[in-house]
Amino acid sequence: MMMDVKEIEHLAILARIALSPEDKTELNQQMNKLLTYIEKLKELNTAAIEPLYHILPLHNVFREDLAIESPPREELLFNAPQCEDGFYKVPRIL
Amino acid sequence: MELYELTLQQLIKELESKRTNAQAIMTAVMGRINEVDGKVQAFLTLNQTAAMEKAAEFDRQPWPGVIAGIPFAVKDNYCTRGVKTTCASKMLEDFIPPYDAAVVEKLHGAGGILAGKLNMDEFAMGCSTETSAFFPSHNPWDLERVPGGSSGGAAAAVAADEIPLALVSDTGGSARQPASYCGVVGLKPTYGRVSRRGIVAYASSLDQAGIISKDVADAALVLGIIAGHDPRDSTSEKKEVPDYSTVLTTDIKGLKIGYPREYFQQAEGNVGTAVKKALLEFEKMGAIVEEVSLPHSEYALPAYYIIGPAEASSNMGRFDGIRYGQRDNSAENVAELISGSRQRGFGPEVKRRIILGTYVLSSGKYEKYYLQALKVRRLIRDDFTGVFNDYDVIIAPTTPNTAFKIGENASDLITSYRSDIFTVPVNMAGLPAISVPCGLVGGLPVGMQIIAKPFAETTLLNTAYAFEQATDHHQLKPDLGVR
Repeated sequence: MMMDVKEIEHLAILARIALSPEDKTELNQQMNKLLTYIEKLKELNTAAIEPLYHILPLHNVFREDLAIESPPREELLFNAPQCEDGFYKVPRIL
Repeated sequence: MELYELTLQQLIKELESKRTNAQAIMTAVMGRINEVDGKVQAFLTLNQTAAMEKAAEFDRQPWPGVIAGIPFAVKDNYCTRGVKTTCASKMLEDFIPPYDAAVVEKLHGAGGILAGKLNMDEFAMGCSTETSAFFPSHNPWDLERVPGGSSGGAAAAVAADEIPLALVSDTGGSARQPASYCGVVGLKPTYGRVSRRGIVAYASSLDQAGIISKDVADAALVLGIIAGHDPRDSTSEKKEVPDYSTVLTTDIKGLKIGYPREYFQQAEGNVGTAVKKALLEFEKMGAIVEEVSLPHSEYALPAYYIIGPAEASSNMGRFDGIRYGQRDNSAENVAELISGSRQRGFGPEVKRRIILGTYVLSSGKYEKYYLQALKVRRLIRDDFTGVFNDYDVIIAPTTPNTAFKIGENASDLITSYRSDIFTVPVNMAGLPAISVPCGLVGGLPVGMQIIAKPFAETTLLNTAYAFEQATDHHQLKPDLGVR
C-alpha cells in the first residue's frame, strides 16, 4: 500500500515535526521504499501466534512509596532554552 | 609498547607495579588522540583538563577500584554530569546533563577517569556514524571506509589505540557491528543485565549497554563492574553477578556449538569462510560443532524496522524544545514551538524513523504492522530457544560484509540497514552476544559473533576467550601512518 504526500503531512502533524515541501517529497519516496520492505512480514501466517511485547516477563514493578530528595530546581532548569522565575517559559497559550 | 597500546589488564599491572602512573597513562592517551584523531574523528568532546587533573589527584593519593586511575570513554548518548552529551544531534548540541548514567557512576566507582565522549549515529539511529550531525568517523583500517555504527566512534577509537575502553549502547548491533568492522571486541550483555538509566533511550525494549575493548579478558572485567540491578531501571534484573573475570577459562571441551545455515547463506563468501575457519579452531579445542537452523532469520530485520521506529517515535517525544535542546524562538504558539524545534533539531534519519514509527502505530496500521512485528518477534525468540535446547552457543559472522565505503550506501537505505541482519535478531530475543576479530579479508577485519542463552555471559565470554587465546587475530593493528 503506497503513501502519498497528504499522508506524510498527517503523520508530521501527529509526530509534531514541521517539514519543508522538499522534506515531504523525499520522505514520501523513502517511506514507500521502507513500507515495501517491511511488507515482507505479510508472508508469515501468524494467526495462532501471541505477540511478544517484551522479552522479560515483567508487569508492574512496584517500590516502597518513600519520599526521596529531588535534584535542585536550578540544576533541572539549567538546560532549558528559556525560563523565568523558576519555571519553563512557553509562548502564550490563552 | 607504548602505554596507549596496552589493554586494561596490562595497564592495571603497570600501575600496581608502579612502573608508571596515572598521569603518564592519561598523557599518553591524550597524546595519541591528538596525533590520530584528526584522521579517525572518533571523539566529539575531550574531557582533557578535568581528566588530567583527576590523574594528578590519583597519583598524589590513589583511590581503590578495579580500574583505578585508568582512562575510559563513553558513547555520546551516555549522560555525563557536567560534560556535554549531544547524541551526535543538533537537538542536544549544548546539553549538559545534571547526572551520570548508572554505568558511568559504576565506572567512576571502580576508579576510572572519563577521557571523552565518542561520535555515533544521531540518537544511535544508523549503521555507519554517517548520520552524526557533526561529522562521520573513519575506519582506522581504511580511512575511506565507515567504522560501522551506531557506536562507530567508540570502535574506531579503541582500534586506533586512542582509548583502552569504551562504553556504548546496542539496540540492533551497535556494539558488535562496529567492533566487527574495526577489529576489536564488542559485547552486548543480556537485556536486563546492565542498567539503562541515563543512556538516552532509542528503543527501550531492545536497548542495552555494551562494551568495546581490545580483548575478551577486558570485556569480562568491565562487565563485572557494570552488571547488576538498579532500582532506577525497572527492567534491570535482580540476578546475582558472577565474577566474570576470575572464572574465565580456555577449557571448552564438550561445548556444543551450533552454526546457523541461514546466516552463512546470507554472508559474503570470504566473510563466511573466515568464520568457518574459526569453527575448525573450536573443533580442535574439543568443542562439538554442528549446523543448525534459525528459520525466521530473514524476517528479523523488517520486524526491527517496525518495532525500533515505533518505540523511537514515542521515546523522541520528550524533545519538545522546552525543557532542553534546540528551540524554535520564532514560534507563536506551543504547537509551532514543538514542531519547529523538532524540524531544526533532528536530522533526516531521525525524522524518517519517527515518521515511520508514527505510521506503524497509527489507527488502522497498528494490527497490520506493529502487532504483526511483535508476533514475528516471538517466532524469532522461539527459534533461538529451540536451538539452545540442544546447544550451548551459536556462532555466526557478526556482519554479512566488511566495512563499506563512506557514502557508498547514501542513496540506498535498505542496503545500509542490511549490515545489521545478523545482530538484530539477538536484540529481538534479548540475548547476550559478543563480536571478536577472526581475521582479515582484503585488509579489513572480520568479526565472529558468539550468541549465548539469557544470562549465560560466563559461557559466552569463555567461548570467546578460548578462541582468542588460541589465535592472534585480536593482536592485529591498523597502520595509521604514525608511530
